[in-house]
Amino acid sequence: MTDRPFLEISQLTARLKGSGTPLLRSVDLAVPAGSVHGLVGESGAGKSMIGKAILGILPRSVEVATGAIRLDGTDLQSLPPAERRTRVGALTALIPQDPLTALNPSRRIGPQITDRLVDILGWDRARAVDRARQLLAEVQLPDPDRILRSYPHELSGGQRQRILIAAAFAAEPRLIIADEPTTALDVTVQKQILRLIREMQERHGTAMLFVTHDLGVVSKVCQSLSVLYAGKIVESARVEDFFRAPAHTYSRALLAASPRYTDPHGSLMPVPDEVMQAVRAEVAAFDEGRAAHV
Amino acid sequence: MQLARAFLIRLLTTLVTLFGVAVIVFFVIRVVPGNPIAMMLPPGASDADIARLKALYGFDKSIPQQFVIWLSGVLHGDFGTSITRRQPVLDLVLNRLPATIELAGMALIIATIIGGFLALTGTRLRGTKTEAAIDVGSGMALSIPDFLWGLLMILLFGVLWPVLDISGRVTPSLQLPFTTQFYLTESVLRLRFDLWRDIAGHMLMPALALAIPLSAIIGQLLKQSLKETMHLDYVTLARTKGYGENHVILREALRNAILPTLTLIGVQFTFLIGGTVIVERLFSYEGLGNMAIDAVINRDLPLIQGIVIVFALLFTLINLAVDMCYALLNPRLRHG
Amino acid sequence: MAEVTTDARGLVKRRLGLRLWLSGGWLLVLTLAAVFAPLLSPHDPLSQDLLGGRIPPMFFPGADPTYPLGTDSLGRDVLARLLYGGRIALIVALVAGLATCVIGSALGLIAGYFRGWPDMVISRLIDIWMAFPPVLFAILLIAVIGPGLTSIILAIVVIDWTRFARVVRAEAMAQGAMDYVASAQVAGRTRAGTMLAEILPNVLPTVVALLTLEMGIAVIVEAILSFVNLSISTDDPTWGGMISEGRTSVYQAWWVLVFPLVCLFLTVLSFSQLGEGLKDRFDPVLR
Repeated sequence: MTDRPFLEISQLTARLKGSGTPLLRSVDLAVPAGSVHGLVGESGAGKSMIGKAILGILPRSVEVATGAIRLDGTDLQSLPPAERRTRVGALTALIPQDPLTALNPSRRIGPQITDRLVDILGWDRARAVDRARQLLAEVQLPDPDRILRSYPHELSGGQRQRILIAAAFAAEPRLIIADEPTTALDVTVQKQILRLIREMQERHGTAMLFVTHDLGVVSKVCQSLSVLYAGKIVESARVEDFFRAPAHTYSRALLAASPRYTDPHGSLMPVPDEVMQAVRAEVAAFDEGRAAHV
Repeated sequence: MQLARAFLIRLLTTLVTLFGVAVIVFFVIRVVPGNPIAMMLPPGASDADIARLKALYGFDKSIPQQFVIWLSGVLHGDFGTSITRRQPVLDLVLNRLPATIELAGMALIIATIIGGFLALTGTRLRGTKTEAAIDVGSGMALSIPDFLWGLLMILLFGVLWPVLDISGRVTPSLQLPFTTQFYLTESVLRLRFDLWRDIAGHMLMPALALAIPLSAIIGQLLKQSLKETMHLDYVTLARTKGYGENHVILREALRNAILPTLTLIGVQFTFLIGGTVIVERLFSYEGLGNMAIDAVINRDLPLIQGIVIVFALLFTLINLAVDMCYALLNPRLRHG
Repeated sequence: MAEVTTDARGLVKRRLGLRLWLSGGWLLVLTLAAVFAPLLSPHDPLSQDLLGGRIPPMFFPGADPTYPLGTDSLGRDVLARLLYGGRIALIVALVAGLATCVIGSALGLIAGYFRGWPDMVISRLIDIWMAFPPVLFAILLIAVIGPGLTSIILAIVVIDWTRFARVVRAEAMAQGAMDYVASAQVAGRTRAGTMLAEILPNVLPTVVALLTLEMGIAVIVEAILSFVNLSISTDDPTWGGMISEGRTSVYQAWWVLVFPLVCLFLTVLSFSQLGEGLKDRFDPVLR
């Protein structure tokens, strides 16, 4: 582990163009090299938005207003677009949410794994194909050569997610953003995929930003986590500390509302109204404070 | 298995369609007033002469009888004999068909290039004023039919700035060493680029007139399809790999966007071929459509029948070809 | 970038409004000109003056002020022929457009809503019609039924009804599958009653847009038929006939071709832009 974190986000603010509705509110985040950081929140809390901001794939309607995103010390926001793109492409990778739509239906699997190695990193093709074969073996897909020749529709959802994981690790990125990588899969496959991601992450020593709404998943995969509400980080903590004693009331309520990560049959409690009101008031106060500063 | 079944059904409906076309043309033109036989003979011909000619062309039999005779002839490759030109209809049609095919083919190529360019530019610059301009421009271009584009071009490049020939397929004084009627293709194969220039120069305006509305349609459909594709997850994933906009559009989106537009373009291409009839007339281009209008004006019943059937055959074949292209390009069908 | 996006959309919208006004304006001018053609034309459209042939239009050397748009090779006044030709064009547009619309939509509605054997028959007919080159079909029909205004209108209806039938059939099928249609039937309406009360109003916006488009097409078909000398009669002033004459003498008298061509261009463009504009106005999704 180096002194400075591999990914460092400071004061990142994003908003809708035109109306100016804030989507991310002064987000601070640090992920040391080789460690896994969870991003937790309800849908719409902006957890995916952070990953998209790093990768440079924010929707056209969203703009980054202020803040810095540092990868290995370099602020991405200050780079010219083409350079930012290739740098992000070389250093990071995405494991997408839905394996059924994340592979191009008209291209064979092989080139979809190797294209980044050849085009962005400049490997020669034979070496890239060897690498793809090796990765497919690592993600426990039998008969890699057949798979490299296949089209996506010839493979199952679980197989495709394994391929996407292999593709993400192929270029030895320093940071992987996993955007709810198991939500689209059925429960039995979910567990296998989760285990696979953790194994791969440990073997390759890759830092990871793990976006999920499932605290149970966080407890299994992550070393640290941040809880988001309305684009604002309400709490960041080490995983052991968080599950022992969450600091924020919203975190506590969220933990209570989750299917018990230790006991899947435990009872479910909705987040109480007063907690919601409190956290909303906090966000509103934050917005006012900002407005007063500006 | 399922594909074979679908193909068989397709073939059967195609045959029904062709039969329907044959029936309609046959009976419609039998109602044509004016006796085609009388027009063939010098004034003062005897009734016996008329009767003999009528028997020769089969006009002495009842209309259903004539139809059966004609149909069995067609099935044996005999389309009858032209009244005005006194040659087998099949020979006449085969002689002119290459000219029309080359014209339509050139128009399709031009339309695909322009339409593809508009769609790609519009997608690349989506949300800008350039895209808005492309939308407005192609909306107008497609509402003006080929006939008017042809006239406009005659004025522009034939009269105002006379750089192109406005009539014919080739300059009549040229010696043509060709063995087929595919002049443009053969001039390239024989490396006679002097002739190619002349033939292409004659073909350019009618081809453009046909191509402009189609290019606007292709541009609009393809751009719409591209825009929808650009939002899909695999395109976003490609962006995260470090690829730029051009690469993402061309390699990830284009191929998937072409598929849904392909069938529509097939139908539009048959419209284009239908348009060759009047455009060939406009430019005195010696193709099938021009001969068809002459045949109607001269009441040349066997020739009209033959030409209409050939057009119908062409249209149905194109639709069939488009469906096969679709199956070939779509990996789901190819391996399904 | 957001500013540009909204800007571009606003631009399209403003253009749409402008296009609607411009096309409506031209069609109004055309209608007025056609109605008052006898008052506006300085000359009779048919009277020939072989000595005064091919007089160029205003502002060109050799122009005659009483012939503002010049004369053709037979010495007939281009302006007068243009005005009277506009009458024929508008009549064809209105009558042929409406007739095609009513017949085609009715067949499409029946096929799409009742399905079964009516759909079989109508769909097969549409297939057969799609295998005809339309222009050749029209020319053939005129040759059969003889020239004249009625023949042209009839020919347009016969060749173009499929345009409406295809679209309306598809729409009626889609609408027929929706819940509100089923509930109307449960409520005790007859099949035909449901079709007229529930389906028809929903396909109407599409039909109206197609109708304006069809009017433009009717004008073109009339011009094409006059161009191949199969329209009304060779003497009657039609834009297509003028274009036909202008095409042969384009090197000697360009104006005989240019003026009717400009009128045809503007009219066809106006009808189609009007249709686009109306479609956007009517379309609740776009609005």
